Amino acid sequence: MIEVDKGDCDFCGACVAVCPVDCIELFEKDIKIDSKKCTECKLCIYICPIEAMSYVEHETV
Amino acid sequence: MWNTKRYDIIVVGAGPAGSTFARIAASKGLSVLLLERKTRIGVPVRCGEGVIDSGLRLFYEPCPEWIATTIDKFCFIAPNGSSIAVKLQEKGYILNRNVFDSDLAKFAEKEGATVVTNANVNSLLFENDKVAGVKGICNNEPFEITSKLVIGADGVESRIGRFAGINTKINLNNIDSGYQKTISGIDVDRNVCSFYISNELAPGGYIWIFPKGNDSANIGIGISGKAHINGKSAKTRLDEFLDSKYPKHKVESISVGGIPLSKPIKQMVTDSVMLIGDAARTVNPLSGGGIILGMKSAVKAADVAVKILISDKEPTKINLIDYQKQWMNSEGKQINRIYRIKTAVDKLTDKDLNNIIERVNKLPVEKRSLARIFRACIPQKPSLLFDVAKVFVGY
Repeated sequence: MIEVDKGDCDFCGACVAVCPVDCIELFEKDIKIDSKKCTECKLCIYICPIEAMSYVEHETV
Repeated sequence: MWNTKRYDIIVVGAGPAGSTFARIAASKGLSVLLLERKTRIGVPVRCGEGVIDSGLRLFYEPCPEWIATTIDKFCFIAPNGSSIAVKLQEKGYILNRNVFDSDLAKFAEKEGATVVTNANVNSLLFENDKVAGVKGICNNEPFEITSKLVIGADGVESRIGRFAGINTKINLNNIDSGYQKTISGIDVDRNVCSFYISNELAPGGYIWIFPKGNDSANIGIGISGKAHINGKSAKTRLDEFLDSKYPKHKVESISVGGIPLSKPIKQMVTDSVMLIGDAARTVNPLSGGGIILGMKSAVKAADVAVKILISDKEPTKINLIDYQKQWMNSEGKQINRIYRIKTAVDKLTDKDLNNIIERVNKLPVEKRSLARIFRACIPQKPSLLFDVAKVFVGY
């Protein structure tokens, strides 16, 4: 799944602009990714200017 | 209370486009609500802050507090470090966007618009399948407000368009990853904007140095979204540049964002919804400049919207489409042309860029008018870089 480091994130919305499924919601100081809608295409990781987004393998419980 | 009234128009986003639209609509007697997600309008700044004097004057008399520095020269630096300076035919400014944006919202308020900050719009309100307003959260309280028309001036990440069914998604080829630091403690010419054009430094974009007065500057980078897939991020690239060029700089603030560099959006309106500014991709796709173009789109959209609402017509897509038509016959057409130039420029290698600057430097300084420079640089394509310079300087 895609994870956001909220300490690094500047909440600029570049990821929202490229997300093909509109699964990212932005607030003034918060960001939420709807993991049910997310297709893990990683476009948000590529556009993020400050490397705040990353892909982590699903954890198997 | 602002959230219990019904409005003619709700404008989402208090940037230069949103505030300009709100000011015009309110001045014509319409009831306007201007909603801004941020706590303080204009903060944080997400912009290089460059504008040309004549562009700004189309809308506002420049106010001294808005202007950090006046620019009279551009300097382009080739990958090998050689450079050319070009004197501007008219002056430009580096703005203080925080003051500028905040004043523009105040102008809208003065004309009668209601301005509310900290208001996060998270969906549109529908009645009988038609857009009838917006829903959101303000200071942890949910709100639902109705209006005849909703204006999406909500920036590159525009969600108003998406909520209304307009495809606003940008392909990675058509958006740059932008990262800028305002730094101080550096030696910088306060009247010159510098551009580092190099695929190695900034693939699909450039590094800019825009002076902000005293010993400070906005130094930023735009790189193509595609460039980060197998390469370094915008942040890493800019930090490397700053460390090598200005090892003793002090960081005052950081600004981050996506820069839309696309053709005009195919659909700017739908029933009861219009998009303006970055949300409608009213940005010069070569320079990334969008302040003046955004305000131009606001004026065109406001003229159409005011006419419709004042004459009590329904703001249907068919009635609002005049705005899109007008745009596509003027600035939209120009943006399409610049997009084609951008596609050609993107193909230039670092070797091409070095050769161009070298050839120009052989011209005597007094003969370096833009036309001459660019006729000299690419004999086989004389117009290409002339166009580049013109669109860089002119927007």
